[in-house]
Amino acid sequence: MTDSTWQLLLDSLWPMIQGAITGTIPLALASFAIGLVLALAVALMRLSRRSWLSSIARVYISLVRGTPLLVQLFVIFYGLPSIGVVIDPWPSAIIAFSINVGGYAAEVIRAAILSVPKGQWEAAYMIGMSHRRALTRIILPQAARVSVPPLSNTFISLVKDTSLASLILVTELFREAQQVAAFSGQFMALYLEAALLYWVICLVLSSGQGVLEKRLDRYVAH
Amino acid sequence: MSPTEFPAASPAAGPTPALLTVRGLRKSFGANQVLKSVDLTVARGEVLALIGPSGSGKTTVLRCLNGLEIADGGTIEIVGAQDASHAPVVIDFARAHGSRAGVPKKALGTLRDRSAMVFQHYNLFPHKTVLENVMEGPLVVQRRPRAEVEAEALALLERVGLAEKRDSYPFELSGGQQQRVGIVRALALRPTLLLFDEPTSALDPELVGDVLRLIKELAGEGWTMVIVTHELEFAREVATEVAFVDGGTIVEHGDPREMLRNPQHERTRQFLHRLLFPF
Ligand SMILES: Nc1ncnc2c1ncn2[C@@H]1O[C@H](COP(=O)(O)OP(=O)(O)OP(=O)(O)O)[C@@H](O)[C@H]1O
Ligand SMILES: [Mg+2]
Repeated sequence: MTDSTWQLLLDSLWPMIQGAITGTIPLALASFAIGLVLALAVALMRLSRRSWLSSIARVYISLVRGTPLLVQLFVIFYGLPSIGVVIDPWPSAIIAFSINVGGYAAEVIRAAILSVPKGQWEAAYMIGMSHRRALTRIILPQAARVSVPPLSNTFISLVKDTSLASLILVTELFREAQQVAAFSGQFMALYLEAALLYWVICLVLSSGQGVLEKRLDRYVAH
Repeated sequence: MSPTEFPAASPAAGPTPALLTVRGLRKSFGANQVLKSVDLTVARGEVLALIGPSGSGKTTVLRCLNGLEIADGGTIEIVGAQDASHAPVVIDFARAHGSRAGVPKKALGTLRDRSAMVFQHYNLFPHKTVLENVMEGPLVVQRRPRAEVEAEALALLERVGLAEKRDSYPFELSGGQQQRVGIVRALALRPTLLLFDEPTSALDPELVGDVLRLIKELAGEGWTMVIVTHELEFAREVATEVAFVDGGTIVEHGDPREMLRNPQHERTRQFLHRLLFPF
Protein backbone atom coordinates (compact mmCIF):
# COMPACT_ATOMS: atom_id res chain seq x y z
CA MET A 1 0.00 0.00 0.00
CA THR A 2 1.17 3.46 -0.77
CA ASP A 3 1.67 6.29 1.64
CA SER A 4 -1.28 8.07 0.15
CA THR A 5 -3.55 5.13 0.91
CA TRP A 6 -2.37 5.17 4.54
CA GLN A 7 -2.99 8.86 4.62
CA LEU A 8 -6.48 8.33 3.24
CA LEU A 9 -7.23 5.66 5.85
CA LEU A 10 -6.00 7.95 8.58
CA ASP A 11 -7.97 10.92 7.26
CA SER A 12 -11.15 8.89 6.93
CA LEU A 13 -10.83 7.33 10.38
CA TRP A 14 -12.25 10.28 12.26
CA PRO A 15 -15.30 10.74 10.00
CA MET A 16 -16.03 7.04 10.33
CA ILE A 17 -15.70 7.11 14.11
CA GLN A 18 -17.96 10.13 14.08
CA GLY A 19 -20.38 8.14 11.94
CA ALA A 20 -20.29 5.43 14.57
CA ILE A 21 -20.79 7.85 17.44
CA THR A 22 -23.54 9.92 15.89
CA GLY A 23 -25.10 7.25 13.69
CA THR A 24 -24.42 3.55 14.29
CA ILE A 25 -24.39 3.57 18.08
CA PRO A 26 -27.39 5.81 18.80
CA LEU A 27 -29.34 4.06 16.06
CA ALA A 28 -28.59 0.68 17.58
CA LEU A 29 -29.27 1.83 21.15
CA ALA A 30 -32.56 3.53 20.37
CA SER A 31 -33.81 0.66 18.23
CA PHE A 32 -32.76 -1.90 20.80
CA ALA A 33 -34.46 -0.06 23.65
CA ILE A 34 -37.71 0.36 21.76
CA GLY A 35 -37.42 -3.14 20.32
CA LEU A 36 -37.02 -4.68 23.78
CA VAL A 37 -40.15 -3.00 25.10
CA LEU A 38 -41.99 -4.21 22.02
CA ALA A 39 -40.51 -7.68 22.42
CA LEU A 40 -41.62 -7.94 26.05
CA ALA A 41 -45.14 -6.97 25.06
CA VAL A 42 -45.15 -9.45 22.18
CA ALA A 43 -43.71 -12.21 24.36
CA LEU A 44 -46.42 -11.65 26.98
CA MET A 45 -49.09 -11.63 24.27
CA ARG A 46 -47.64 -14.83 22.89
CA LEU A 47 -47.88 -16.41 26.36
CA SER A 48 -51.38 -15.10 26.97
CA ARG A 49 -54.20 -17.55 27.44
CA ARG A 50 -56.34 -15.40 25.13
CA SER A 51 -55.86 -17.10 21.82
CA TRP A 52 -56.43 -14.00 19.68
CA LEU A 53 -53.63 -12.11 21.47
CA SER A 54 -51.36 -15.06 21.11
CA SER A 55 -52.21 -15.35 17.40
CA ILE A 56 -51.43 -11.71 16.71
CA ALA A 57 -48.07 -12.14 18.38
CA ARG A 58 -47.36 -15.31 16.45
CA VAL A 59 -48.10 -13.67 13.09
CA TYR A 60 -45.96 -10.66 13.98
CA ILE A 61 -43.00 -12.82 14.94
CA SER A 62 -43.40 -14.92 11.84
CA LEU A 63 -43.55 -11.86 9.57
CA VAL A 64 -40.48 -10.26 11.10
CA ARG A 65 -38.43 -13.41 10.99
CA GLY A 66 -39.66 -14.52 7.60
CA THR A 67 -38.78 -11.37 5.65
CA PRO A 68 -35.40 -9.73 5.01
CA LEU A 69 -34.52 -6.75 7.16
CA LEU A 70 -33.54 -4.80 4.04
CA VAL A 71 -37.00 -5.35 2.60
CA GLN A 72 -38.60 -4.20 5.88
CA LEU A 73 -36.46 -1.07 5.77
CA PHE A 74 -37.34 -0.34 2.15
CA VAL A 75 -41.05 -0.87 2.69
CA ILE A 76 -41.01 1.75 5.41
CA PHE A 77 -38.77 4.31 3.72
CA TYR A 78 -39.47 3.87 0.00
CA GLY A 79 -42.80 2.04 0.11
CA LEU A 80 -44.90 4.02 2.56
CA PRO A 81 -44.56 7.34 0.69
CA SER A 82 -46.53 5.85 -2.19
CA ILE A 83 -49.51 5.56 0.14
CA GLY A 84 -48.90 9.05 1.41
CA VAL A 85 -46.84 8.26 4.51
CA VAL A 86 -43.48 9.97 4.30
CA ILE A 87 -41.04 9.28 7.12
CA ASP A 88 -37.53 10.73 7.39
CA PRO A 89 -34.51 8.44 7.15
CA TRP A 90 -33.67 8.39 10.85
CA PRO A 91 -37.14 7.59 12.16
CA SER A 92 -37.62 5.10 9.32
CA ALA A 93 -34.47 3.28 10.34
CA ILE A 94 -35.42 3.29 14.02
CA ILE A 95 -38.91 1.99 13.23
CA ALA A 96 -37.63 -0.79 11.00
CA PHE A 97 -34.90 -1.91 13.41
CA SER A 98 -37.21 -1.73 16.44
CA ILE A 99 -39.82 -3.87 14.73
CA ASN A 100 -37.10 -6.31 13.77
CA VAL A 101 -35.65 -6.55 17.28
CA GLY A 102 -39.20 -6.82 18.60
CA GLY A 103 -39.71 -10.01 16.63
CA TYR A 104 -36.43 -11.73 17.41
CA ALA A 105 -36.16 -10.69 21.05
CA ALA A 106 -39.79 -11.69 21.72
CA GLU A 107 -38.90 -15.32 21.16
CA VAL A 108 -35.86 -15.01 23.40
CA ILE A 109 -37.89 -13.43 26.18
CA ARG A 110 -40.70 -15.92 25.82
CA ALA A 111 -38.28 -18.83 26.13
CA ALA A 112 -36.62 -17.17 29.12
CA ILE A 113 -39.96 -16.70 30.92
CA LEU A 114 -40.86 -20.33 30.24
CA SER A 115 -37.49 -21.45 31.58
CA VAL A 116 -38.29 -20.15 35.07
CA PRO A 117 -39.55 -23.13 37.09
CA LYS A 118 -43.29 -23.29 37.77
CA GLY A 119 -42.53 -23.44 41.48
CA GLN A 120 -41.42 -19.81 41.33
CA TRP A 121 -44.88 -18.73 40.19
CA GLU A 122 -46.40 -20.85 42.92
CA ALA A 123 -44.19 -19.43 45.64
CA ALA A 124 -45.04 -15.93 44.43
CA TYR A 125 -48.77 -16.70 44.55
CA MET A 126 -48.28 -18.37 47.92
CA ILE A 127 -46.94 -15.18 49.47
CA GLY A 128 -50.01 -13.43 48.10
CA MET A 129 -48.74 -11.85 44.89
CA SER A 130 -50.98 -11.09 41.94
CA HIS A 131 -50.07 -12.41 38.51
CA ARG A 132 -48.62 -9.07 37.48
CA ARG A 133 -46.53 -8.69 40.60
CA ALA A 134 -45.28 -12.26 40.38
CA LEU A 135 -44.22 -11.54 36.82
CA THR A 136 -42.41 -8.30 37.53
CA ARG A 137 -40.79 -9.12 40.86
CA ILE A 138 -40.13 -12.83 40.65
CA ILE A 139 -40.26 -14.17 37.11
CA LEU A 140 -38.82 -11.41 34.91
CA PRO A 141 -35.69 -10.83 37.02
CA GLN A 142 -34.88 -14.51 36.67
CA ALA A 143 -35.80 -14.53 32.99
CA ALA A 144 -33.56 -11.50 32.47
CA ARG A 145 -30.56 -13.46 33.65
CA VAL A 146 -31.28 -16.24 31.19
CA SER A 147 -31.85 -13.87 28.30
CA VAL A 148 -28.66 -11.82 28.60
CA PRO A 149 -26.50 -14.02 26.33
CA PRO A 150 -29.06 -14.39 23.51
CA LEU A 151 -30.14 -10.74 23.75
CA SER A 152 -26.51 -9.67 23.61
CA ASN A 153 -26.25 -11.58 20.37
CA THR A 154 -29.35 -9.82 19.12
CA PHE A 155 -27.79 -6.48 19.99
CA ILE A 156 -24.50 -7.29 18.32
CA SER A 157 -26.34 -8.37 15.17
CA LEU A 158 -28.31 -5.16 15.32
CA VAL A 159 -25.15 -3.04 15.48
CA LYS A 160 -23.93 -4.68 12.29
CA ASP A 161 -27.37 -4.50 10.66
CA THR A 162 -27.51 -0.73 11.15
CA SER A 163 -25.11 -0.53 8.19
CA LEU A 164 -28.19 -1.18 6.07
CA ALA A 165 -29.45 2.25 7.11
CA SER A 166 -26.83 3.71 4.76
CA LEU A 167 -29.13 2.56 1.96
CA ILE A 168 -31.85 4.92 3.14
CA LEU A 169 -29.40 7.78 3.46
CA VAL A 170 -28.77 7.70 7.21
CA THR A 171 -25.31 9.00 7.97
CA GLU A 172 -23.57 6.33 9.97
CA LEU A 173 -20.24 4.51 9.95
CA PHE A 174 -20.69 2.62 6.71
CA ARG A 175 -22.12 5.54 4.76
CA GLU A 176 -19.06 7.58 5.70
CA ALA A 177 -16.91 4.76 4.34
CA GLN A 178 -18.93 4.57 1.15
CA GLN A 179 -18.63 8.27 0.53
CA VAL A 180 -14.87 8.39 0.95
CA ALA A 181 -14.53 5.23 -1.12
CA ALA A 182 -16.60 6.57 -3.98
CA PHE A 183 -14.66 9.82 -3.91
CA SER A 184 -11.19 8.24 -3.80
CA GLY A 185 -11.76 4.95 -5.58
CA GLN A 186 -10.00 3.08 -2.72
CA PHE A 187 -12.83 0.63 -2.10
CA MET A 188 -10.82 -2.26 -0.67
CA ALA A 189 -8.92 -0.17 1.84
CA LEU A 190 -11.92 1.80 3.08
CA TYR A 191 -14.34 -1.10 3.33
CA LEU A 192 -11.74 -3.10 5.24
CA GLU A 193 -11.30 -0.15 7.54
CA ALA A 194 -15.05 -0.04 8.09
CA ALA A 195 -15.06 -3.80 8.79
CA LEU A 196 -12.28 -3.32 11.33
CA LEU A 197 -14.23 -0.61 13.11
CA TYR A 198 -17.37 -2.77 13.32
CA TRP A 199 -15.23 -5.57 14.65
CA VAL A 200 -13.77 -3.37 17.39
CA ILE A 201 -17.25 -2.20 18.40
CA CYS A 202 -18.46 -5.79 18.60
CA LEU A 203 -15.46 -6.86 20.64
CA VAL A 204 -16.16 -4.11 23.13
CA LEU A 205 -19.81 -5.17 23.29
CA SER A 206 -18.89 -8.82 23.83
CA SER A 207 -16.69 -7.96 26.78
CA GLY A 208 -19.52 -5.79 28.11
CA GLN A 209 -21.75 -8.83 27.87
CA GLY A 210 -19.28 -10.80 29.98
CA VAL A 211 -19.29 -8.14 32.68
CA LEU A 212 -23.08 -7.99 32.70
CA GLU A 213 -23.38 -11.76 32.96
CA LYS A 214 -20.98 -11.83 35.87
CA ARG A 215 -22.96 -9.15 37.67
CA LEU A 216 -26.20 -11.04 37.17
CA ASP A 217 -24.53 -14.29 38.18
CA ARG A 218 -24.12 -13.35 41.77
CA TYR A 219 -27.04 -15.49 42.81
CA VAL A 220 -26.28 -18.51 40.68
CA ALA A 221 -24.14 -21.46 41.67
CA HIS A 222 -21.00 -21.92 39.58
CA MET B 1 -41.91 -15.80 67.73
CA SER B 2 -44.01 -17.26 70.47
CA PRO B 3 -47.61 -17.82 69.39
CA THR B 4 -48.72 -14.99 71.65
CA GLU B 5 -46.87 -12.55 69.40
CA PHE B 6 -48.99 -13.79 66.54
CA PRO B 7 -52.65 -13.57 67.41
CA ALA B 8 -53.24 -15.80 64.43
CA ALA B 9 -51.71 -18.76 66.14
CA SER B 10 -52.81 -18.25 69.69
CA PRO B 11 -54.89 -21.06 71.08
CA ALA B 12 -58.60 -20.45 71.37
CA ALA B 13 -60.13 -19.84 74.75
CA GLY B 14 -62.61 -22.51 75.69
CA PRO B 15 -63.52 -25.37 73.37
CA THR B 16 -61.42 -25.37 70.20
CA PRO B 17 -63.65 -24.68 67.23
CA ALA B 18 -62.69 -25.89 63.79
CA LEU B 19 -60.22 -23.55 62.14
CA LEU B 20 -60.50 -25.29 58.80
CA THR B 21 -63.49 -27.17 57.48
CA VAL B 22 -63.42 -28.80 54.07
CA ARG B 23 -66.52 -30.48 52.69
CA GLY B 24 -66.97 -32.50 49.54
CA LEU B 25 -63.93 -31.04 47.80
CA ARG B 26 -63.67 -32.21 44.20
CA LYS B 27 -61.03 -31.58 41.56
CA SER B 28 -60.40 -33.04 38.12
CA PHE B 29 -57.61 -32.49 35.65
CA GLY B 30 -59.26 -33.18 32.32
CA ALA B 31 -60.80 -36.62 32.59
CA ASN B 32 -58.68 -37.49 35.62
CA GLN B 33 -60.76 -37.02 38.76
CA VAL B 34 -58.05 -36.47 41.33
CA LEU B 35 -60.18 -35.47 44.32
CA LYS B 36 -63.50 -37.29 44.48
CA SER B 37 -64.86 -35.90 47.70
CA VAL B 38 -62.58 -34.77 50.46
CA ASP B 39 -63.84 -33.81 53.92
CA LEU B 40 -61.59 -32.56 56.68
CA THR B 41 -61.74 -30.50 59.80
CA VAL B 42 -58.76 -29.12 61.64
CA ALA B 43 -59.23 -27.46 65.00
CA ARG B 44 -57.12 -24.54 66.11
CA GLY B 45 -53.73 -25.74 67.28
CA GLU B 46 -54.17 -29.15 65.72
CA VAL B 47 -51.74 -30.85 63.38
CA LEU B 48 -53.24 -32.98 60.65
CA ALA B 49 -50.93 -35.38 58.85
CA LEU B 50 -51.98 -36.54 55.38
CA ILE B 51 -50.52 -39.84 54.31
CA GLY B 52 -51.23 -41.93 51.27
CA PRO B 53 -49.76 -43.44 48.13
CA SER B 54 -48.21 -41.44 45.33
CA GLY B 55 -50.79 -39.84 43.07
CA SER B 56 -53.59 -40.14 45.63
CA GLY B 57 -54.20 -36.38 45.65
CA LYS B 58 -52.43 -35.18 48.81
CA THR B 59 -50.60 -32.34 47.13
CA THR B 60 -53.76 -31.35 45.29
CA VAL B 61 -55.62 -31.02 48.61
CA LEU B 62 -52.93 -28.68 49.96
CA ARG B 63 -52.87 -26.66 46.76
CA CYS B 64 -56.62 -26.18 46.96
CA LEU B 65 -56.25 -25.01 50.55
CA ASN B 66 -53.75 -22.38 49.42
CA GLY B 67 -55.75 -21.25 46.39
CA LEU B 68 -53.03 -22.47 44.02
CA GLU B 69 -55.60 -24.81 42.56
CA ILE B 70 -59.30 -24.04 42.21
CA ALA B 71 -61.56 -26.94 43.15
CA ASP B 72 -64.49 -27.99 40.98
CA GLY B 73 -66.89 -28.43 43.85
CA GLY B 74 -67.22 -28.49 47.61
CA THR B 75 -66.54 -25.83 50.22
CA ILE B 76 -63.59 -24.61 52.23
CA GLU B 77 -64.20 -22.66 55.41
CA ILE B 78 -61.34 -21.01 57.21
CA VAL B 79 -61.41 -19.00 60.41
CA GLY B 80 -59.04 -16.12 60.97
CA ALA B 81 -57.50 -14.73 64.12
CA GLN B 82 -59.86 -14.09 66.95
CA ASP B 83 -60.68 -10.45 66.49
CA ALA B 84 -63.79 -9.48 64.58
CA SER B 85 -61.95 -8.34 61.47
CA HIS B 86 -61.00 -11.94 60.88
CA ALA B 87 -64.42 -13.49 60.56
CA PRO B 88 -64.61 -16.93 59.01
CA VAL B 89 -64.91 -17.12 55.24
CA VAL B 90 -66.57 -19.90 53.32
CA ILE B 91 -65.68 -20.52 49.72
CA ASP B 92 -68.19 -22.49 47.74
CA PHE B 93 -66.72 -24.04 44.61
CA ALA B 94 -70.06 -25.22 43.27
CA ARG B 95 -69.98 -22.73 40.41
CA ALA B 96 -66.22 -22.52 40.03
CA HIS B 97 -65.73 -25.33 37.50
CA GLY B 98 -62.07 -25.20 38.37
CA SER B 99 -61.72 -21.60 37.27
CA ARG B 100 -60.76 -18.56 39.30
CA ALA B 101 -63.56 -16.60 37.66
CA GLY B 102 -66.18 -18.76 39.37
CA VAL B 103 -65.02 -17.95 42.90
CA PRO B 104 -65.56 -14.70 44.80
CA LYS B 105 -62.24 -12.93 44.51
CA LYS B 106 -62.25 -11.52 48.02
CA ALA B 107 -62.94 -14.85 49.68
CA LEU B 108 -60.22 -16.54 47.65
CA GLY B 109 -57.84 -13.76 48.63
CA THR B 110 -58.68 -14.31 52.28
CA LEU B 111 -58.03 -18.04 51.94
CA ARG B 112 -54.66 -17.33 50.38
CA ASP B 113 -53.83 -14.78 53.07
CA ARG B 114 -54.70 -17.09 55.91
CA SER B 115 -52.79 -20.11 54.69
CA ALA B 116 -49.09 -20.35 53.91
CA MET B 117 -47.34 -23.20 52.22
CA VAL B 118 -43.95 -24.83 52.64
CA PHE B 119 -42.99 -26.56 49.42
CA GLN B 120 -41.34 -29.90 48.87
CA HIS B 121 -38.61 -28.27 46.79
CA TYR B 122 -38.48 -25.10 48.93
CA ASN B 123 -39.10 -22.80 45.93
CA LEU B 124 -37.09 -19.98 47.44
CA PHE B 125 -36.55 -16.98 45.16
CA PRO B 126 -33.01 -17.55 43.87
CA HIS B 127 -32.42 -13.90 42.96
CA LYS B 128 -33.18 -12.67 46.46
CA THR B 129 -31.17 -13.01 49.64
CA VAL B 130 -32.45 -15.03 52.56
CA LEU B 131 -33.72 -11.90 54.29
CA GLU B 132 -35.33 -10.60 51.10
CA ASN B 133 -37.04 -13.95 50.60
CA VAL B 134 -38.57 -13.71 54.05
CA MET B 135 -39.50 -10.03 53.80
CA GLU B 136 -40.94 -10.05 50.29
CA GLY B 137 -44.49 -11.05 51.26
CA PRO B 138 -44.93 -8.95 54.40
CA LEU B 139 -43.28 -5.92 52.80
CA VAL B 140 -44.42 -5.94 49.18
CA VAL B 141 -47.74 -7.74 49.40
CA GLN B 142 -48.94 -6.96 52.91
CA ARG B 143 -47.35 -3.50 52.87
CA ARG B 144 -46.34 -3.61 56.51
CA PRO B 145 -43.75 -1.13 57.77
CA ARG B 146 -40.20 -2.08 56.83
CA ALA B 147 -38.69 -1.70 60.30
CA GLU B 148 -41.27 -3.99 61.83
CA VAL B 149 -41.04 -6.55 59.02
CA GLU B 150 -37.27 -6.63 59.15
CA ALA B 151 -37.16 -7.01 62.92
CA GLU B 152 -39.63 -9.85 62.77
CA ALA B 153 -37.85 -11.55 59.86
CA LEU B 154 -34.54 -11.37 61.69
CA ALA B 155 -36.09 -12.73 64.87
CA LEU B 156 -37.53 -15.65 62.92
CA LEU B 157 -34.21 -16.35 61.19
CA GLU B 158 -32.46 -16.12 64.53
CA ARG B 159 -34.77 -18.70 65.95
CA VAL B 160 -34.03 -21.23 63.20
CA GLY B 161 -30.32 -20.52 63.54
CA LEU B 162 -29.92 -18.76 60.21
CA ALA B 163 -29.55 -15.11 61.23
CA GLU B 164 -25.98 -15.00 59.98
CA LYS B 165 -27.15 -16.21 56.56
CA ARG B 166 -29.42 -13.21 56.09
CA ASP B 167 -27.41 -11.87 53.14
CA SER B 168 -26.70 -15.22 51.51
CA TYR B 169 -28.44 -16.36 48.37
CA PRO B 170 -30.39 -19.63 48.43
CA PHE B 171 -27.80 -21.47 46.33
CA GLU B 172 -25.28 -20.89 49.10
CA LEU B 173 -27.39 -22.84 51.60
CA SER B 174 -27.82 -26.57 52.19
CA GLY B 175 -31.18 -28.12 51.45
CA GLY B 176 -32.04 -28.22 55.14
CA GLN B 177 -31.17 -24.55 55.54
CA GLN B 178 -33.19 -23.66 52.47
CA GLN B 179 -36.20 -25.48 53.83
CA ARG B 180 -35.88 -23.70 57.17
CA VAL B 181 -35.89 -20.42 55.25
CA GLY B 182 -38.96 -21.74 53.42
CA ILE B 183 -40.65 -22.27 56.77
CA VAL B 184 -39.62 -18.84 58.01
CA ARG B 185 -40.94 -17.28 54.80
CA ALA B 186 -44.30 -18.93 55.49
CA LEU B 187 -44.32 -17.87 59.17
CA ALA B 188 -43.48 -14.28 58.28
CA LEU B 189 -46.77 -14.04 56.42
CA ARG B 190 -48.54 -14.45 59.79
CA PRO B 191 -50.89 -17.12 58.51
CA THR B 192 -53.50 -18.92 60.55
CA LEU B 193 -52.82 -22.21 58.83
CA LEU B 194 -49.48 -23.70 57.81
CA LEU B 195 -49.36 -26.20 54.98
CA PHE B 196 -46.39 -28.49 54.45
CA ASP B 197 -46.00 -30.65 51.35
CA GLU B 198 -43.49 -33.40 52.12
CA PRO B 199 -41.15 -30.83 53.64
CA THR B 200 -38.27 -33.22 54.06
CA SER B 201 -38.57 -35.58 51.13
CA ALA B 202 -36.10 -33.65 48.98
CA LEU B 203 -33.50 -33.54 51.76
CA ASP B 204 -30.46 -35.68 52.36
CA PRO B 205 -31.20 -38.00 55.28
CA GLU B 206 -28.83 -36.26 57.67
CA LEU B 207 -30.61 -32.93 57.11
CA VAL B 208 -34.12 -34.22 57.75
CA GLY B 209 -33.88 -34.06 61.54
CA ASP B 210 -33.37 -30.30 61.82
CA VAL B 211 -36.41 -29.54 59.72
CA LEU B 212 -38.67 -32.05 61.47
CA ARG B 213 -37.54 -30.74 64.85
CA LEU B 214 -38.48 -27.21 63.82
CA ILE B 215 -41.93 -28.31 62.67
CA LYS B 216 -42.39 -30.17 65.93
CA GLU B 217 -41.49 -27.03 67.86
CA LEU B 218 -44.03 -25.05 65.88
CA ALA B 219 -46.66 -27.66 66.67
CA GLY B 220 -45.78 -27.30 70.33
CA GLU B 221 -46.30 -23.56 70.12
CA GLY B 222 -49.86 -23.97 68.96
CA TRP B 223 -49.59 -23.48 65.21
CA THR B 224 -52.32 -25.14 63.19
CA MET B 225 -50.87 -27.24 60.42
CA VAL B 226 -51.66 -29.69 57.66
CA ILE B 227 -48.63 -31.78 56.75
CA VAL B 228 -48.28 -34.20 53.88
CA THR B 229 -45.60 -36.63 54.94
CA HIS B 230 -44.18 -40.09 54.48
CA GLU B 231 -42.41 -39.91 57.83
CA LEU B 232 -44.72 -42.12 59.88
CA GLU B 233 -42.68 -41.80 63.04
CA PHE B 234 -42.91 -38.03 62.75
CA ALA B 235 -46.65 -38.18 62.09
CA ARG B 236 -47.12 -40.38 65.13
CA GLU B 237 -45.19 -38.00 67.33
CA VAL B 238 -46.34 -34.62 66.10
CA ALA B 239 -49.77 -35.02 64.52
CA THR B 240 -52.95 -34.81 66.55
CA GLU B 241 -54.78 -36.50 63.72
CA VAL B 242 -53.72 -38.53 60.74
CA ALA B 243 -55.75 -39.03 57.57
CA PHE B 244 -55.10 -41.68 54.95
CA VAL B 245 -55.79 -40.43 51.43
CA ASP B 246 -56.31 -42.86 48.59
CA GLY B 247 -57.96 -42.46 45.21
CA GLY B 248 -59.02 -38.89 45.90
CA THR B 249 -60.87 -39.48 49.17
CA ILE B 250 -60.00 -39.77 52.80
CA VAL B 251 -60.31 -43.45 53.45
CA GLU B 252 -59.91 -43.17 57.20
CA HIS B 253 -58.65 -40.77 59.79
CA GLY B 254 -58.09 -40.77 63.48
CA ASP B 255 -55.64 -40.61 66.32
CA PRO B 256 -52.15 -41.20 64.91
CA ARG B 257 -51.00 -43.78 67.45
CA GLU B 258 -54.23 -45.67 67.19
CA MET B 259 -54.55 -45.54 63.41
CA LEU B 260 -50.95 -46.31 62.55
CA ARG B 261 -50.97 -49.29 64.88
CA ASN B 262 -54.38 -50.58 64.08
CA PRO B 263 -55.73 -49.35 60.73
CA GLN B 264 -59.36 -50.23 60.07
CA HIS B 265 -59.27 -50.37 56.30
CA GLU B 266 -57.53 -52.91 54.17
CA ARG B 267 -56.09 -50.23 51.87
CA THR B 268 -54.59 -48.37 54.81
CA ARG B 269 -53.13 -51.60 56.11
CA GLN B 270 -51.52 -52.36 52.75
CA PHE B 271 -50.12 -48.85 52.42
CA LEU B 272 -48.61 -48.88 55.90
CA HIS B 273 -47.20 -52.32 55.34
CA ARG B 274 -45.51 -51.22 52.12
CA LEU B 275 -44.10 -48.15 53.83
CA LEU B 276 -42.72 -50.15 56.75
CA PHE B 277 -41.43 -53.06 54.69
CA PRO B 278 -40.44 -51.66 51.33
CA PHE B 279 -38.48 -54.76 50.29
N1 LIG C 1 -51.65 -29.65 37.22
C1 LIG C 1 -52.00 -30.91 36.96
N2 LIG C 1 -52.45 -31.27 35.74
C2 LIG C 1 -52.82 -32.54 35.48
N3 LIG C 1 -52.78 -33.53 36.36
C3 LIG C 1 -52.35 -33.25 37.60
C4 LIG C 1 -51.94 -31.93 37.96
N4 LIG C 1 -51.55 -31.94 39.26
C5 LIG C 1 -51.73 -33.22 39.68
N5 LIG C 1 -52.20 -33.99 38.70
C6 LIG C 1 -52.54 -35.44 38.81
O1 LIG C 1 -53.31 -35.59 39.95
C7 LIG C 1 -53.02 -36.80 40.62
C8 LIG C 1 -52.75 -36.53 42.07
O2 LIG C 1 -51.60 -35.72 42.17
P1 LIG C 1 -51.03 -35.22 43.55
O3 LIG C 1 -49.80 -34.46 43.22
O4 LIG C 1 -52.08 -34.52 44.30
O5 LIG C 1 -50.67 -36.58 44.27
P2 LIG C 1 -49.87 -36.82 45.61
O6 LIG C 1 -50.74 -37.61 46.50
O7 LIG C 1 -49.35 -35.54 46.15
O8 LIG C 1 -48.69 -37.74 45.12
P3 LIG C 1 -47.14 -37.79 45.59
O9 LIG C 1 -47.09 -38.58 46.85
O10 LIG C 1 -46.46 -38.49 44.47
O11 LIG C 1 -46.67 -36.37 45.75
C9 LIG C 1 -51.88 -37.41 39.87
O12 LIG C 1 -52.40 -38.43 39.04
C10 LIG C 1 -51.33 -36.29 39.04
O13 LIG C 1 -50.81 -36.78 37.84
MG1 LIG D 1 -47.42 -34.74 46.35
